[in-house]
Amino acid sequence: MNIHEYQAKEILSEYGVSIPVGYLAYSPEQASYRATEIGGEGWLVKAQIHSGARGKAGGIKFCSSEDEVCQAANDLLGAKLVTHQTGEGGKVCHRLYIEAACNIAKEIYLAFVLDRSKECITVVVSAEGGMDIEQLAVEKPEAIIRVEVETAVGIQPFQTREIAFALGLEKAQITQMSQLLTGCYKAMTDWDASMLEINPLAVTAGGSLQALDAKMQFDENALFRHSRISELRDKSQEEPREMRASDRGLSYVGLDGAIGCIINGAGLAMATMDMIKYAGGEPANFLDIGGGASPERTAKAFNLVLSDDNVKVVLVNIFAGINRCDWVAEGVVMAMKKIDMKAPLIVRLSGTNVEKGRKIIEESNLPIILADTLAEAAEKAVSEWKKITQAA
Amino acid sequence: MAILLDEKTKILVQGFTGSIGTFHAQEMIEYGSKVVGGVTPGKGGESHLNRPVFNSMKEAVEQTGATASIVFVPPPFAADSIMEAADAGIRFCVTVTDGIPAQDMIKVKRYMRRYRKEERMVLTGPNCAGTISPGKSMMGIMPGHIYMPGNIGIIGRSGTLGYEAASQMKEIGIGVSTSVGIGGDVINGSSFKDHLEFFEEDPETKAIIMIGEIGGPQEVDAALWAKDNLSKPLIGYIAGLTAPKGRRMGHAGAIINTVGEGAAEKVEVLKECGVTVVPHPSAFAEVVQKVIS
Repeated sequence: MNIHEYQAKEILSEYGVSIPVGYLAYSPEQASYRATEIGGEGWLVKAQIHSGARGKAGGIKFCSSEDEVCQAANDLLGAKLVTHQTGEGGKVCHRLYIEAACNIAKEIYLAFVLDRSKECITVVVSAEGGMDIEQLAVEKPEAIIRVEVETAVGIQPFQTREIAFALGLEKAQITQMSQLLTGCYKAMTDWDASMLEINPLAVTAGGSLQALDAKMQFDENALFRHSRISELRDKSQEEPREMRASDRGLSYVGLDGAIGCIINGAGLAMATMDMIKYAGGEPANFLDIGGGASPERTAKAFNLVLSDDNVKVVLVNIFAGINRCDWVAEGVVMAMKKIDMKAPLIVRLSGTNVEKGRKIIEESNLPIILADTLAEAAEKAVSEWKKITQAA
Repeated sequence: MAILLDEKTKILVQGFTGSIGTFHAQEMIEYGSKVVGGVTPGKGGESHLNRPVFNSMKEAVEQTGATASIVFVPPPFAADSIMEAADAGIRFCVTVTDGIPAQDMIKVKRYMRRYRKEERMVLTGPNCAGTISPGKSMMGIMPGHIYMPGNIGIIGRSGTLGYEAASQMKEIGIGVSTSVGIGGDVINGSSFKDHLEFFEEDPETKAIIMIGEIGGPQEVDAALWAKDNLSKPLIGYIAGLTAPKGRRMGHAGAIINTVGEGAAEKVEVLKECGVTVVPHPSAFAEVVQKVIS
């Protein structure tokens, strides 16, 4: 789960991470009032959207007067920002963070990641702050320092010193950096974060360390024990269909193709999408309806997939284990009768009681196209889709 | 032979008396698995499915001599149950529970390092369908009848995609020595490589299929290991060629975060390491057939 920059900064400041003075604003008037409250001569007006690389997309504006702040806020509120992380759809900005600008002497990259290879939390730092870390990893891998944290004891002072010295910090900043790293590690473990990134972490002209940006991601599996984090969820930043799906316990990811997919199991769902592509088509979505493909869940899945206007054909692929094919087939037939579907439907069932399942579908007299194998299902779906596009 | 479990393996069910534990324990018993009891703290002394219930794993192991356990405990308490199994001397643990926090699993993995490697419990999952040695024993939630006994080892992350492969093979008369589900989570108990090592030592297994997906380093690690250490043919498939970067595809661990985690990139490494790659998910059986004949 993602949160906004201002929310991450609020959490981190509780762990002793120093941040520039800043406040939230929901209107241009409020934004310029916030600038007056903050004081000084320069402010940043920052669009709060769930994406990195906001600067390049015009989502961060430097202003040197209250009027400029007001104007920048006016431009950003309600604007759709497109970054390489948001995809073409972009994300709409509904909140602004107004922050005091500071004089930067040096920029550092700092992140804490859940390291899947080492099975621990790893600190990733670089003296080349402000840069995209993936780009840096390709162009200048030697500039990246990685320090693994031993889970049993947490981050140790020798490690934080090692990082601070490697970054070439001055004596006065070594202690600051150590405290900051210890605080971040604690924030990460206290709240079950899966990623924490401060980019850039600035050494200001006055010699202090300040987090100019902050990003945190949280493990959704751990939200049951962190209601504070659940409450930070901003549904306006989520794709509406994906949000509806997740609220209904379905796992859905929207894509650009025309063949809607309803599958049980994440691996089989990905494999079916790949099979469609192999057969010459494009999947419209990833959708895992889970192990127990009950009639209710199946009906919900149809509604969800068909709410995407790009969907021209629907492919159902269910491997029935404990839930038998006859039961799944009844669910499909029930859903079809309820929703009056125009798009051709290809159904492939396999597993327990497959013959009974096929019989239920054949005897329903609904225009359902049955397929035996995964390959056949994908080929039939692609050929139906081609018929439709050629007719149009 | 087979790996990890056979008809003699004595199995305990953790979360035995809950509805999910009860349902699947019953299925396992019907398949012929030697379920000798279970643990539900506070219900010790009761009988469930004609088998004893214990308060703790230590007690259950002492009384039954069980060497394996399957965990159906809900996510907030599952990590604790896994560590309890390890501490009680269980040799093989299957964790079916989906939704365990990743940092809990990091702690579990760290905890297990207190045991010497040869005494350390083999953990599969979490978020897996389980392990089956067809015709012998089943520890998991899979439909047992789709697996035919035979000589092919299967290691996979996904449940239903593994079923797809096994049933394609059964269709043309190819059987399975053991099928191991390692689960779809970010941090899992054991990796593809761990089980390749077991299959390498198993005289009954003639070839192995590795069914991987996007996200994480484990498929590539296994292929690199196999290149120099595996004498048996390795067949591989990676799901998620059409998955976009940075999006979680159902499984907690099925997400492309960094370079090398995409399906196309993994397939490339697999090929370089001499793994026979299954071109599409409808071709598992035909590729296996070709490799073993």
